[in-house]
Amino acid sequence: MLRIENLEVYRGRTYVLKGISLEVGRGEIVALIGANGAGKTTTLKTISALLHPHRGRIAYRTETDQELALDRLPAEEIVRQGVSHCPEGRGVFAGLTVRENLVAGAYLRRDKPGIREDFQRVYELFPILEQRASQTAGSLSGGEQAMLAIGRALMARPRLLILDEPSLGLAPLIVARIFALLAEINARGVTILLVEQNAIMALDLSHRAYVLETGRVTLSGASSAIACDEAVRRAYLGGQSR
Amino acid sequence: MTGGYITQQIVNGLILGSMYALVAIGFTMIYGIIRLINFAHGDVVMIGAFVTLGLLQILGWPFWLVSLCVLAAGAFVGLCIERTAFRPMRGAPQVTGFITSLAVSIMIQNLGIVFVSAQPRNFTFPGFLQQLLRVGPVSFRAVDLVIMATALVLMAALILLVRKTRLGVGMRATAENLDVARLMGININRTIMATFAVGGALAAVAGLMWGGKFGQIDPLLGFVPGLKSFVAAVIGGVGSIPGAICGGYILGLAEVLFVGLLPPIYSAFRDAFVFGTLILILLVLPNGLLGKRMEDRA
Repeated sequence: MLRIENLEVYRGRTYVLKGISLEVGRGEIVALIGANGAGKTTTLKTISALLHPHRGRIAYRTETDQELALDRLPAEEIVRQGVSHCPEGRGVFAGLTVRENLVAGAYLRRDKPGIREDFQRVYELFPILEQRASQTAGSLSGGEQAMLAIGRALMARPRLLILDEPSLGLAPLIVARIFALLAEINARGVTILLVEQNAIMALDLSHRAYVLETGRVTLSGASSAIACDEAVRRAYLGGQSR
Repeated sequence: MTGGYITQQIVNGLILGSMYALVAIGFTMIYGIIRLINFAHGDVVMIGAFVTLGLLQILGWPFWLVSLCVLAAGAFVGLCIERTAFRPMRGAPQVTGFITSLAVSIMIQNLGIVFVSAQPRNFTFPGFLQQLLRVGPVSFRAVDLVIMATALVLMAALILLVRKTRLGVGMRATAENLDVARLMGININRTIMATFAVGGALAAVAGLMWGGKFGQIDPLLGFVPGLKSFVAAVIGGVGSIPGAICGGYILGLAEVLFVGLLPPIYSAFRDAFVFGTLILILLVLPNGLLGKRMEDRA
């Protein structure tokens, strides 16, 4: 569904991605793990056209089986093609109500009945959001904001959901709940590309994974295999993992 | 000093405040969305006044039609300013935008001098608006009533736009976080242009009012209302629309009451009172009346 080839990205003058390639197949959950500064967030931002590549291509297969070069499209067109990005730090609109945040998530859609259906679907997944619908997002707890950010991304009715550190700053119990919900969202047919520092949880949830180190993919394969890899265990799953 | 006199002063303050509020809204919306202090905003007031003069007095169009055209002209000017001056500066440090806005302001003023001359022109509204009305001890012209009512209608419409429409959600989302707004598929260029258009339309209408109220216009007239409306926006808390409205009325009332209630020898200090009010309010409430703490956006 998504194929990245030899992607090189600069942020300012810093050479962050030094030619990475990865693939996400339809229906998969793919995890991107690695230490701080490895280029995980940069990869995601480049997919969503918040950053532009210096070299390389990002190919995306649309619903109608066309191949699009995402690196040539503006951000809103990428959303329209079904790629929804739940950003690092969640980025909920604090001054908007929960409902308005969800409306913003469906910004490009015109199908009112479909939007209403998705409101129900999101409220079903995250009942707390329905209770808090008219509160401002800034008044929610961290876990509730994480749910809102995911719900908002779902309001675009994505084919590919991109998540940047959904576990960041959350209590383990809440992380476990959110990961269970991600599995459920995936089971309903949404492909997921997940960036995580919490490598144990990410490898547990995902089918396949890529390990990123200072802008390069150093390891890839089935998540279960990577979880057993000696080097990965030492680097990410031992004392350093959170 | 009678109660009637004070009531009269309060009414005068509300009229002045209506105009400040309309201009302050544009300031606050533009700051809110791209963290730009747009000093060219006051000059849209001047353009509004001259468009009114041209259509109403020279071409003799009916008043209602002129009002609509002034709204449209203001929106158009706002759009042009954003597209030509500020879009290329997007992402530059705040100071760059600020200096750019000063440049735009000076340019508009000088274009005004070139095209309509620096000579002040008399500005008269049609007779029915000049009619003197009396309510108890308070007297005002019909135009004052039109100013206050129009301002209220426009502000109500604006709040509905921002609170209830999809575009409004887009504007507020963009104001909070440009990048995340883009991830929602919001076309931020279009949203920012819409903000400038709305701000410009309101400022131009304030120009129509300004001319009608003070009877004389010239190409530099935008500077003072621009500056004072900026003060009003700061008093209310930059970024907050209700704040800008409150700030506008507070400033209008403060200005008129200071002058009206103190002995006449102080009336030359009119502007000093305005800025004194600003300093006092900011000492107590550094973020303005309704402002939130706002981080700088690089």
